[in-house]
Amino acid sequence: MNDLNLKFSKSHEYVRVENRLAVIGISQHAADQMGDVVYVELPQIGKAYSKDEEFGVVESVKAVSSLYSPVSGIVSAVNTELLEHPEWVNSDPYGKGWMLKLEMTNSEELDRILSQEQYEAEVGNH
Amino acid sequence: MQLRRTPLHDRHVALGARMVPFGGWEMPVQYSSIVAEHKAVRENVGLFDVSHMGEFLVSGPGAAEFLARVVPANVLELEVGRVVYTQFTNAGGGVVDDLLIYRLADHHLLVVNASNIAKDWAHLEPLLPTSGVMMTNASERTALLALQGPRAAEVLAQCATPDPRLLPAFSVQQGQVLGADAVVSRTGYTGEDGFEIFVPSEDAGRVWERLLALGATPCGLGARDTLRLEAGLPLYGHEWDDTTTPVEASLAWTIKSKTEYLGRAEIDRQLAHGTRRRLLGLKMIGRAPAREGYEVFRDGQPIGKVCSGTLAPSLGYPIATAYLPADVPVGQILHVKIREQMAEAETVRLPFYRRPKRPS
Repeated sequence: MNDLNLKFSKSHEYVRVENRLAVIGISQHAADQMGDVVYVELPQIGKAYSKDEEFGVVESVKAVSSLYSPVSGIVSAVNTELLEHPEWVNSDPYGKGWMLKLEMTNSEELDRILSQEQYEAEVGNH
Repeated sequence: MQLRRTPLHDRHVALGARMVPFGGWEMPVQYSSIVAEHKAVRENVGLFDVSHMGEFLVSGPGAAEFLARVVPANVLELEVGRVVYTQFTNAGGGVVDDLLIYRLADHHLLVVNASNIAKDWAHLEPLLPTSGVMMTNASERTALLALQGPRAAEVLAQCATPDPRLLPAFSVQQGQVLGADAVVSRTGYTGEDGFEIFVPSEDAGRVWERLLALGATPCGLGARDTLRLEAGLPLYGHEWDDTTTPVEASLAWTIKSKTEYLGRAEIDRQLAHGTRRRLLGLKMIGRAPAREGYEVFRDGQPIGKVCSGTLAPSLGYPIATAYLPADVPVGQILHVKIREQMAEAETVRLPFYRRPKRPS
């Protein structure tokens, strides 16, 4: 997992940079905590988000959780297949379970969110 | 508040269950996955710890007469060995709690919701006659397991006497499970065939272990909730409160009393003249689940709120319940406000799911 070069927000979204785009989803820890994901609501291409702004919703059998953008940017791709296969959030959150790709408007924000080690220490404490 | 723990608490933790507060108890919500546990009950057999449920014992020569005054079921004609689903009604016909009454040889056993134990006791105690009826709260010393699913009878028959396969639905027998004294009923809260097994707390652990060893999947309260909602079974605090009546909840079939009981005047009036609202099912047309509290609209006007809502694992689409004006027919397209969207929903009769007839 380390080779993916993941970074994390405190609200459990991950971001990894791929071809200059920020690929965003939720962490395996968050997916495990939610349980079976049954519904994902994602925005349209072209929408702009600032860091920590709500961009969508993920629902398990029992709970509804908001999704927050870990960095600022403009949506350039949405994983529409995930709408039909929300269970991929549980089975492969860093692969098929990706949610958005953003064109970052302030890539320096990446330096101010949690590294994988910091995130793991954070969730390990809870 | 200190959460209470069932006699099986350590076993749940050892199985990796996620423990949550529920009705004052620390209970397993899931072990592996709610969807997998739900499907185990529909297709095979699942085992639930429901020891948090409350048990009241009512005995004495006036026991049946007393109960007949507090529920709309026909308790006076409930034969030994039979079980009836009913409600404690208040003076206005509203529901204080819903419960099962088990008619045993020398007493009536009442199984009430964990979150309502204190409320029920406070409701019943002032109604007790000065003599002839004894009521005790046995919730603390009784463990309750629910073994549910098409294979439940076959599994339980391997460790229980008399043979539970011969027990008819809504019947109860006193016997033994693994040598421990047990009360076994053919009841449940899942829409499947199954049993509820009352054992002394000290025997609960080995009965639990054996039923798992015989192939039952441990199931948490998460699956219990999706199973009961698919089966159209109401849950207190969601479909029921002190203002809802059994007539409004589309449970008029449970009203069988031939005598006077608390709330009878209003319930009779509703049976004769109808109600302004009734409980209906909503089948969502899209993928987004309608959740408790979401508003239901007809022609742009709010007409009710969702009581319970989830994705139905056995059906593959989201389902919900709501009290709606009595003139809303089955088959009508309404809208549920989900965040900022108006999502289409079709009204359907409860239950959403009925178990297939299987050869016995």
